[in-house]
Parts: sequence; C-alpha cells; structure tokens
Amino acid sequence: MMESLSFNKEAIVSSPEITRKSWLQRWLLRVIPYAMNNEKSATVTKTKAKTTNRSSKQIRWENFFRNALVWIAVAMVVLMLGVFVTLCIQSIPSFKALGLKYLWGRTWDPVNEVYGAWPFLIGTLLTSFTALIISIPFSFAVAIFLGEYYPNGWLSNFLRNAVELIAAVPSVIYGFWGLFVLVPIVRKLESGIGAPPFGVGIFSASLVLAIMVIPYAASLSRELIRLVPSHLKEGAYALGATRYEVIMKVILPYTKSGLLAGVLLSLGRALGETMAVTMVIGNSSAIPSGKFFLFGPGNTMASVIANEFTEAATTTYLSALIELGLVLFLVTVVINMIGKRIISRFTNE
Amino acid sequence: MNKKPTSPINYRLAKSRAYQVLIIIFAMAITIPLFFIIGYIFVQGVQKINWTFLTHIPKPVGESGGGIANALVGSLIIVAVAAVIAIPIGIMCGIYLSENKRSKLAYWSRLSVDILQGVPSIVIGIVVYFWIVKPAGGFSAFSGSIALAIMMLPIVVRSTEETLKLLPDSLKEAALALGIPYHRVILSVIVPCGISGILSGVILSVARIAGETAPLLFTAFGNPYLSGDIRKPMQSLPLLIFNYATSPYDDWRDLAWGASLILLLWVLLLNIFTKVITRRWKIQL
Repeated sequence: MMESLSFNKEAIVSSPEITRKSWLQRWLLRVIPYAMNNEKSATVTKTKAKTTNRSSKQIRWENFFRNALVWIAVAMVVLMLGVFVTLCIQSIPSFKALGLKYLWGRTWDPVNEVYGAWPFLIGTLLTSFTALIISIPFSFAVAIFLGEYYPNGWLSNFLRNAVELIAAVPSVIYGFWGLFVLVPIVRKLESGIGAPPFGVGIFSASLVLAIMVIPYAASLSRELIRLVPSHLKEGAYALGATRYEVIMKVILPYTKSGLLAGVLLSLGRALGETMAVTMVIGNSSAIPSGKFFLFGPGNTMASVIANEFTEAATTTYLSALIELGLVLFLVTVVINMIGKRIISRFTNE
Repeated sequence: MNKKPTSPINYRLAKSRAYQVLIIIFAMAITIPLFFIIGYIFVQGVQKINWTFLTHIPKPVGESGGGIANALVGSLIIVAVAAVIAIPIGIMCGIYLSENKRSKLAYWSRLSVDILQGVPSIVIGIVVYFWIVKPAGGFSAFSGSIALAIMMLPIVVRSTEETLKLLPDSLKEAALALGIPYHRVILSVIVPCGISGILSGVILSVARIAGETAPLLFTAFGNPYLSGDIRKPMQSLPLLIFNYATSPYDDWRDLAWGASLILLLWVLLLNIFTKVITRRWKIQL
C-alpha cells in the first residue's frame, strides 16, 4: 500500500519481461542501472548545479536516498557472505593438508605439525552443556517469576534490571573475577573431593559461563510466558487448578518450543564465548579424561584461537585455527537459526 | 486424559506454595553472583583509582605506580570510530528493513543481520585480521574499530527496525500526502518519531562493544604507550585488563583491577543512560 503511494522507481523499471526472470536476475537488473544512473546524474549535477530547480534536486535526493537504502541492505548480505567466504578460503590450506580427519584427530601438537581438533570440540561441548545445565533452573525460575508470579512491582523491576546487568557486564570482567575469586573456591572444592586441585579448568569455565548465559534464556522465556493467552490460564483456574498446576500443565506445555529456543540462544552464546573462558579454562590441549574429567584444564575452540592465533607461525597452523573458527561459525549460525525460527513461528501463532 | 485420583486439596495447595517459594529462591539467587562480582570489582578497584592512575601510562615491570591513560584514550578512539562507521549504516539498514517488510532483499538482509548477530566475536576478529590487518601489513586501531563496528551493526539495525515497525502507517501517509519527498518523510518524520528506540539501541550497542575483547586481540592488538594514531596498534581497556590480569606481576594486576572498575562503570552508566532515554522520550502516539 505504501509503496504504491510513494514515488517508486522500482515499479517503473520492472517491466513484464523482467518479472519473468528469477528474483536474483530481476533484482540485479533493477539495482545495477541505478548505480550507473547515479554516477551519471552526479556528474551532470555538478555542471548545472545553479540552474536546477528545487523539485528536480529533490527527486535526485529522493532517488539517491532510495538507492542508498537498497545498497546498504545489499551490503549486509555481502558482509555476511564475506565473513563466511573469508573463513572458507583461509581454511583451505589446512583442509588440503589435514583433510576431514582433522576434526577427530586427537592430538594438537603444533611443534610436530600434528593438528587434531577433537580436544577442543570436546572441551567446547563439555563447558557449554555443563553451563547450560547449571543455568537452566535459574533462567527458567527468573522467567516464571517475572512472567507469571510477579509481572509488575518493585521486586520484578529489581530482578529485571539485575538480569540486564548480568548481560551488560563485559566478559573480560567475568573472566578476571573468575580467575581471582571463583578459581580458588573451585580449587578448595577439588581438594575436598579428591580431584587434582588445578582450580582453573572446565568446571570453573562452566560456572562463569552459566552466570553469563542466564539473561539470554531468561528474558526470552519471560516474553513467551507472558504471551500465554489468559483464557487458557483462567480456564484452568476455573477447573480448580492450583497455581503450580497451571504453570506445569498450561503455561510450560504451551511455551515449551519457545523455552527450547531460549535455551538454544543461550547455547549459541556459550559456544562462542571467548574471553571469560580463555581466562579460567587452563589452556591445555589434552582431551579431558578420567574420573574427574570435568575438573581438569582444557580448551575450547574459541579459547584456543584467542591464545594461539597471533603465535601461529606456519600456514597450516594458522589455517587449522581458522578452520576451528569456521566450525564455530557454522555451529553457532545453525543453532541461532533454529532458535530464531522457533521464536518466529511461536510469535506468529 | 487418564488421571490419578486427585490428592487432597491441602496437599496441592502446599505443593503450589512450595513451588512458588522455590521459584523465588532460584530467581533471587542469580543476583548473588552479580552483586558479588560488582562488589568485588568495586572494592578492589576503588583503592587503585586516583589522578595518576587516570593520567599516566603503565610503568615497566618492577616499578610501581603508573596508570591506564593509554587504554582510556585508546578505548575512546576505537569505540568512537566504530560508532561513526556503524551508526549511520545500521540506521539506514534498519529503515530499509522496516520500509520493505516483504521484499526478497529484505528477507536476505534480515537473515544476514541475524547471522552476524550470532557470530562469535573471536570469529569477527579473525575475519577482520584477513580483511585489514594482513593487507595493511600490521595491527591497527582502525581494524579494531571495523571489527567492533561489525559487532555493533546488528544491534543498531534490529533496534531501528523494531522501533520503526511500531509506528503507524498513517504517520507516513500523512507526510507523503503533504507532498514531502520520500527522504524527508523518513528523515524528518519517521526517524524523529522513533528516536528514543533508535538511540537506546545505539547506546546499548556502544555499551556492548566497549567491553569486547576478543575481536581486538588480532586487530588493535594493544600498545603499552599512549598513541592517537589509528593506523598503529592501540591499547584499549578490555585488552589491558586481559593482558594484565593474566600477568604474574602484582602492579599490573592492580592496574587491571582499576581498569575493570572504570570499564564496569562506563558500561553501567551507558546502560542506565539508555533506560533514562527510553523513559524520558517515550513518544505518545
């Protein structure tokens, strides 16, 4: 409706024979002449700037503005593809040298030119999932608290601001705090249960991560819990359900896909988190094993990149690190996309 | 549904009450680590901050004293350049997305912004390293700004789009009916109406990138001296905290505690500022 009202150059360009082509061709045909046109009109403008009247100047501005909008939207797509393509191109040397077995190679030994990503994949999965398991009860409790029990009032304001604060604190500060406060506590705990007292390690990293990812699941789940139609809840209350039963049998089943999406967003965040993890995980390329595998030092994909990228001397070494980055990129993109898809389906219903 | 015989009402009510208490305890528990962290940083940092701390550069190992002036200046420059790059582009893209909700390009653009938002910051660092640092032949503050701008863009785009989407069409139709050209309609009617949402998104994104470390590791790199040249490596607050926190020297660690407090205050102030803006400038329609 709006597009037909405003002066629309795109409508003029899209003649019947163009509309038969695929959207990409159509779009290229539409956009490329714009660039040419613009440059021409810009040069013409300079020569007769004084004679132009107001309205033609305005039309030129208007077209320029529209084109700029389109180009910037294109630039976003180019930027995203650029990130992906750069990672792919730069990881070719490692792919050639190491092949697919790189992903489940068990040793990472840059000195002897042996590269295997398995310890980091395991380290990443261990830290992320431990963090998720620790954080889920808290983030859901916050969501139910804010969405159902106390949607308004000073207490909920306080908690909402606290959750936002948790998201706002920079990750390097979490790492610093974790290194000097959490690590000694974990070390005591470890010597208490008989594990080797490293202090730093996968468990410490998971604890720090658990705090950091709470806001992502909590704020999304809160929104979704508030979207539950009140007639469903009122119906359940009218049947004599207690509040607990309403939450368990109406609200949570209704929002379960959305809650899953919130957890996925938290997971995406946990997988890619770098600084806090790098500072407390202990940076060891050994595969976590044994009875106390959770307490040993390890490395995640992000932390190994952060630690070794600037030291990587050979092409294969550097490229192997970038391939880790590519894996990280693909995994987080897939997880985020699934999460966003679930959310959009949920909010459209 | 096949149900078990319902338990007595008192039992159910007690269960409900117990559940509520449990939820409250768990929900409130998350504030404990938060205040512990903020309090700890505050206590550690506040002793270290004084005038010398803010106006001097770090001393070499073995000498006590010194400050973080280089990191403060560096952080300001890097973040400012990133903001100058990202804000106009982000707002324009947000305008495009809200104006063309259903076009193919908008779909792909929105998807790209979503993907960029989820990309781990360290990956952005790698990519910018190959885009700018390697061709230019060395680490530079400018490349750090580019990396931060890429981190910042999605937040600005999404907040602009979400804000402008909420404005009624009648607003734009009325402006167009007066014969105002399209770009003036957008720039003098639509954007001013949504300015509180856009501004809060912008400030929030600045707060977010101010604390980012990972993309700066391979781009701005850090620099122990005061530098104002964006073509050279530059120190920034998060980088300084990371490097000095993991160093074995007490003097450097003290600097890192002070720097943490400054960074924390900066980020918190920006967040509070966002809140004030959204509350104060809420435009009634």
